[in-house]
Amino acid sequence: MRLAGFYLFALGVALLPILFPDNYFVIVVGASAGLHVILAVGLNLLMGYAGQISLGHAAFFGMGAYASAILTTRFGWPSLLALAAGLLATGALAWLFARPILRLRGHYLAMATLGFGVIVHVILVQATQWTGGPDGLSGIPALNLLGWRVDGDEQWYGVIMAAMLLVVWLTLNLVDSQVGRALRAVHGSEFAAQMMGVDTGRAKTQVFVISALFAAFAGSLFAHQQAFVSPDSFNLTVSVELVTMVVLGGLASTFGAVCGAIALTLLQQGLVVFEDYEMLIHGALLMAVMIFMPQGLFVGLSQAARRVRHRLKRRQPLPST
Amino acid sequence: MKASWWKTFLVSTLLWAGVNLAQAADPIKIGSFLTVTGPASFLGDPELKTLQMYVEEINAKGGVKGRKIELIHYDTGGDAKDAVSFVKRLIKSDKVDLLIGGTTTGDTMAVVPDVEKEGIPFISLAGAVEIIEPVKKWAFKTPHTDRMAAAKIFTDLRKRGLSKIALITGDGGFDKSGRTQILKLAPEYGMTLVADESYGNKDTDMTAQLAKIRAAGAEAIINFGLGQAPAIVTKNIKQLGITLPVYQSHGVASKTFIDLAGDAAEGIRLPAAALVVAEQLPDTDPQKPVLLAYKTKYEAKHGPVSTFGGHAYDGLLIAVAALERAGSADKTKVRDAIEQTKGLIGTAGVFNMTPEDHMGLNVDAFKLLEVHNGAWRIVE
Repeated sequence: MRLAGFYLFALGVALLPILFPDNYFVIVVGASAGLHVILAVGLNLLMGYAGQISLGHAAFFGMGAYASAILTTRFGWPSLLALAAGLLATGALAWLFARPILRLRGHYLAMATLGFGVIVHVILVQATQWTGGPDGLSGIPALNLLGWRVDGDEQWYGVIMAAMLLVVWLTLNLVDSQVGRALRAVHGSEFAAQMMGVDTGRAKTQVFVISALFAAFAGSLFAHQQAFVSPDSFNLTVSVELVTMVVLGGLASTFGAVCGAIALTLLQQGLVVFEDYEMLIHGALLMAVMIFMPQGLFVGLSQAARRVRHRLKRRQPLPST
Repeated sequence: MKASWWKTFLVSTLLWAGVNLAQAADPIKIGSFLTVTGPASFLGDPELKTLQMYVEEINAKGGVKGRKIELIHYDTGGDAKDAVSFVKRLIKSDKVDLLIGGTTTGDTMAVVPDVEKEGIPFISLAGAVEIIEPVKKWAFKTPHTDRMAAAKIFTDLRKRGLSKIALITGDGGFDKSGRTQILKLAPEYGMTLVADESYGNKDTDMTAQLAKIRAAGAEAIINFGLGQAPAIVTKNIKQLGITLPVYQSHGVASKTFIDLAGDAAEGIRLPAAALVVAEQLPDTDPQKPVLLAYKTKYEAKHGPVSTFGGHAYDGLLIAVAALERAGSADKTKVRDAIEQTKGLIGTAGVFNMTPEDHMGLNVDAFKLLEVHNGAWRIVE
């Protein structure tokens, strides 16, 4: 049962709306968390497994969203075709950029990806005749899945969760495949990986493209779900938030990324009630997690659970002999 | 262990009682989502303060038809994604009766699909004309449109016999939307655009663009923007020794602009709501008492008044009047009542809504102002 955790997770996702029907925090926040999970899991492949930082991931998210938005509103393309075109375009661009960008390391790679994100954002703002400029693009039609119009928050919950589970399942399998092992070797030591016969350039390019594809996929869904896109949903802050999710959840663990994405989404929604102190508490909580659980929420929480279980066991009287 | 159970029981009983009490009073819930933080906070901050101030006043006077008003507010920080999520929350979780908000056009347009789908009256506080054109069943707005600003400027240019104009705008939503309207309206008024320059809203020097404008042979310069940038443009124009008439937009109709631009602001004209020059209006103007009352109340508590807070005041006024006429908070009835708003005097002008016009202001609602001796003066 390698995928036991996954099935448990899927069960939870399916049960939530049944247990809490018509609940804003399940249906709407859940869907938003689902999109974040797709993004974080993809970014975690790049950051956690391959050890390559990206501060421009929101750009791919935006490209998928705008591809769907522009092709459906301005050219009347069917939504699925627009989604596929968005994936193809983003994938191709990511592949083109991967080689030169991934030759860089550490701070230089961070700078290059950051620059990439900023450039895409500037284009979204300035190319007004295509993108609608800073005020965004509205009137995006509902997603049409072979005749089924996805409209309404409950249906979106279903679609986004299905997409999220698909992405998580793909990732779990990928990580356990030969590609995944190659990635971890690259993370450990790129030089050593090369000595072992791993084509590191190719491995890094592959993972960069996959991670961009996940982001573009989430972007397309996002555009149809909101029926509106504007550049601010894809700026540097969003890229940084995604990195935060991955680090908060725990690097190099798919469920860590899932954890981080859900935790951060819930935190943003939950802290709204504190109004002026929202950012303060937000920052303090993140710092606390990083100080007390340096390996991230997922590992930290499971260790804590194990410790509690140990302690409970020890309390039980020893069986008399 | 037992004690903690008792505590839980006690707390939940109290909570339950509280919920029941709240239901008995049954307030009318107004949901609002504004940009109180972030780059557009100078718009959203006075809007929120105005709403809070007047909701308090209305409740002190006994509410609307005996029902108190409860204001539920979320700060979008100017992110359209958050605006959408908060509007869903206001509708689904807080179950509000109507919405006032959307400081920016982006925030407003982002939530329109949900508003239309759920069918809830929504009064936007953002500028662009696309919010009400084409007409959306549930969406209304209170501020003047950028198209009206363009029309006001062009009318004055025609009066002065000028037709060759140079345009310079920033890269924000307000700027871009204003530019679109100017380009669209120019032919109607017989204007020819000889230059169309742009700058980044964080730029600190625009002399390069202005030098191009000087070489283009324009007869007047129009600058559409918000915040610091228009003041810098104004200063640069003076530094380059350009003496052409300069027009700004209603986006900088505040004392802050004159303070920032200093001497260079002298002689600049712009269209603005009458609130800025409330004291200078003739006593016969029916808007004067409304403006002075709002201004006095706001300034007593929060400092210098701005037209943006006025938009929120107008929105709340329209909503409360509609609630009173509808006699209930029923969403369809309130929507219909808002659409029937007639002769309502707000800070932006006199509102006369129709099924075709969900703003209800005409061009006369704008005054043309000129900076004279460091203060605003009405030009007629």
